Amino acid sequence: MNQLPALIRVFAYLSLLTVGGGTAALPELKVLTVDVHHWVTFRQLIHLFSVGQLAPGPNMMMIVSIGQWTAGLPGAVVVVLAFFAPTALLALIVGRFWKRLSQWPWRYSIQKGLAPVSIGLLLAGCLMIAKGAIRSTTTACIAGVVLLILLRFKINPALLVLAGAIVGAIVFGPR
Amino acid sequence: MSEAPAIPADIAESLAIPQTHLAGVTIGQIFLAFLVIGATSFGGGVVAYLRSSLVAKHRWLNDESFVELLSISQSLPGLNATNMAILVGDRLRGTWGALVAVCGICLPGGLYMYAAGIMYHQHGERPLVTAILRGVVAAAVGLMLATILQLGRTSVKHAMDLVFALLTVIGVDRLHQSVPRVLIVVGILAILWYRPRKQSEEAATG
Repeated sequence: MNQLPALIRVFAYLSLLTVGGGTAALPELKVLTVDVHHWVTFRQLIHLFSVGQLAPGPNMMMIVSIGQWTAGLPGAVVVVLAFFAPTALLALIVGRFWKRLSQWPWRYSIQKGLAPVSIGLLLAGCLMIAKGAIRSTTTACIAGVVLLILLRFKINPALLVLAGAIVGAIVFGPR
Repeated sequence: MSEAPAIPADIAESLAIPQTHLAGVTIGQIFLAFLVIGATSFGGGVVAYLRSSLVAKHRWLNDESFVELLSISQSLPGLNATNMAILVGDRLRGTWGALVAVCGICLPGGLYMYAAGIMYHQHGERPLVTAILRGVVAAAVGLMLATILQLGRTSVKHAMDLVFALLTVIGVDRLHQSVPRVLIVVGILAILWYRPRKQSEEAATG
């Protein structure tokens, strides 16, 4: 039942899919952690992702919880290393050669071409979460209000997520 | 800009080296700065926190090099926060600088999620907790959409950009294709669409 090798494989692979942001890896994260390996349920994954929105630092630190549930502290450590090491190494190498790459005409093509694709990947990740999250008019309203406020006003999004928590406790809470 | 007869890369290098020497940044200072960013950057907009710390507070980078590093980090896979930590850390103190920067920015959020995951595992099924989480999840969807729309404003400019974005969504969400497959197929199409065109070619055709 040693899950560490599987954790390393899955999260190193997911690492390379985070084109445009962590959200882009969510559809594949769901398939691998829920459907293939049964480390978490879809519901748990969505909950963890949302709790992660209240965490400081890079988003996607929710992967720590998946690692911890599956294989304790070693699982948590292994997941973080697997998820961040491949792209970190890539950033280190490309960062040093960037001056030379900037002369390469295809660099511009890759940047321009991947920008809309990454938007599509982010949207697909968002849709995946929305399918589990928006299941009533009330939840749709919460999402809509948060979206409108963020597009109109400059406000820390974490405050709105906290507000969502309070609204949830009042509307859906036991009475 | 100082001496005329020099290769641009050399100018950049000669400017970059004194800058880091002047700053005299230690490994400990880098770790601490990124640890503070990692502990305070609530709400996802890590770039704003990075800029206010690295450019405004510590003056380790000027705005120009910050934007340059940001454009590198955005064109690579990986999270913006960790890619920026690697690139800035490397500029300041090489590989070790990069390593402590990325550890610093990940540590607070990682510890938080470690504790939150254990607590959720124990209390996640309580009615009040599920009620709170239903609100949090819905708000998170609104937040994600806002982030994507704001990004889309800058990167989806032409009709074809919209087509590539929609093809990607359809491929992943409707056709249930794996992300790498969609990334390769639509990505290559999009890159070819924006392929380098030589001026002579343009002159010949147009």
